[in-house]
Amino acid sequence: MSNVESVAQAEVPGAAGVPVSPDGGPEKPRSLTGDAWDDLRRNWIFWAAAVLVVLVVVMAAFPSLFTSADPDACALSRQHQGPSGSAIFGYNFQGCDVYARTIYGARNSVLIGLFATIIAGVIGLIVGMAAGYFGGWIDAVLARGIDIVLGIPTLLAAIVLARRLSADPQDTGFWAVVFTLGVLTWTTGARIMRSSVISAKNQDYVAAARMLGAGPGRLMFRHILPNAAAPFVVVLTILLGVNISTEATLTFLGVGLKGNAISWGIDISTAAPYVRETATPLVWPSIFLAMTVLAFIMLGDAIRDAFDPRLR
Amino acid sequence: MLVSKDLDMFRYFVRRVLQGVLTFFGATFIVYALMFANQDDPLQALAGERPLPENVRQALTERYHLDDPFILQYGHYMRGLLTGDFGISLTNRPISEMMQQAWPVTIRLAVFAIIISALVAVTAGIVSGIRRGGIFDTTTLIITLVLLSLPIVVLAPLAQLLFGVQLHWFPATAGAEPGFYQLILPAVVLSCLVIATQIRVTRASVAENLRSDYVRTARAKGLANRRVIGVHVLRNSLIPVVTLIGVDLGNLMAGAIVTEGVFNIPGVGFNLFRGIRTEDGPLVVGFVSILVIVFLVVNLVVDLLYAVLDPRIRYE
Repeated sequence: MSNVESVAQAEVPGAAGVPVSPDGGPEKPRSLTGDAWDDLRRNWIFWAAAVLVVLVVVMAAFPSLFTSADPDACALSRQHQGPSGSAIFGYNFQGCDVYARTIYGARNSVLIGLFATIIAGVIGLIVGMAAGYFGGWIDAVLARGIDIVLGIPTLLAAIVLARRLSADPQDTGFWAVVFTLGVLTWTTGARIMRSSVISAKNQDYVAAARMLGAGPGRLMFRHILPNAAAPFVVVLTILLGVNISTEATLTFLGVGLKGNAISWGIDISTAAPYVRETATPLVWPSIFLAMTVLAFIMLGDAIRDAFDPRLR
Repeated sequence: MLVSKDLDMFRYFVRRVLQGVLTFFGATFIVYALMFANQDDPLQALAGERPLPENVRQALTERYHLDDPFILQYGHYMRGLLTGDFGISLTNRPISEMMQQAWPVTIRLAVFAIIISALVAVTAGIVSGIRRGGIFDTTTLIITLVLLSLPIVVLAPLAQLLFGVQLHWFPATAGAEPGFYQLILPAVVLSCLVIATQIRVTRASVAENLRSDYVRTARAKGLANRRVIGVHVLRNSLIPVVTLIGVDLGNLMAGAIVTEGVFNIPGVGFNLFRGIRTEDGPLVVGFVSILVIVFLVVNLVVDLLYAVLDPRIRYE
């Protein structure tokens, strides 16, 4: 399993976005964002990732655009039939169309990744911002809290928590996984946010706004947040990919999605015991899952490189 | 000067150990609360969807002290953890006994994986760091990106399919007493989880060290390039890689659950994998607790080791 810490290992840029002025050129001074966008436009990794992300999102939103077959229409008489004109990836152990199931599997992965990342983002934003802005004992308590959650290996805690949340056998386990991943993965975002806020709050423009009488709320959301946002968004993009990967792992182990849910994790885990007979029901969901995770991580990686020229 | 430095280091040690103790109690408390707190019927949750006979229910209530208030229950649980009593699985085997059989296998697998990843990562990282922007560097960066994104549930079954079932290079499953040969493929799979980060960190720190003053001095006094890189740069570049061991361990544990499950290696991960599948709650709880403790202790040791290895570290 990959892990946000390791993906985000390289230093994320300090958010104090001092506009980079071109050295003496005639063009007007550009902002950090403008500079970064210029870099991104010329980066093929960014475009490859963006195309993949759009493709997966469309697949998740409108699976019927890609296949007219019904993923739930299974017939044991077709068990392990090879690829054919009607089912280009063949049929799985239960005689379901592998292609249709793979296409329809995108929705659960993307939605779980999205919702879990939103929860993690909101917790990370609040905790990181409060710790960075208020400092003092609030920071001390919150930072210890982050350390403690960070000290628990994500997958191990997720196994325990997801098991506990989806005890009801009728449930598909969707919200259990969303909640599990959300409450266990907010720490990286919180740490980034905290350090960004600490470096941004000592800038002159913040002092100026404070002297003009801006309250803490206005200072935080109007002045500090926009300048601390870029590295935070990068971390969340990578986290989205990582969460999709963790969801598949949890589902594979049997504590994630279950029952009638259509998911790449379920398909991989049910196909794995039969690889000696037929490989396609294992291979295709695996490839789709890997490409989806890769797309989000590549996107985050490319954006981070654009915002942090030191890495080049 | 020296005395004050030693004192600083001592202070850092004390604070890091205290912080470790705090994290230990916090983490175990969270794990315990996740398992038992605030449930209508924790015993049924332990047994999953299986019906629970009345006598088993009584025995379990007694074993987990479920009639006591929550904080006392946590106390009992902690006492068990600290005295090596990790409970009994639903199949009625002591978890500490299962652990004793499983650990040697898992440690062999993990050490094997770490050796593979360290050899590859240090070599690739140094070459990439020296020739930044070259073909090798660009290729390596793309490969690390792909490796970082490959979920273990994709990697392990596909590796088994390709190299075990179709090419027959390695045995597809390891069996009860896995030897060196049976462990090669699982170890390579496992090492893929940590190799990418190691390459990136080695590359970044080599590149940084190459620009430093001491390298310029070494070059200026006429040392051979091989010596500058092989001795001066290498030694200083490996320090950050050591700290990765802590992060890596979490990844290796997560990876071992799936890898050992897929390749049938009777280690810690395999036991946990089977425990989850057979809905053996006490087994899952016991194994997860032990793995969390191992993770915390190793991270503490790595942090302390880092302070000893790198005298430049600031003890703020």
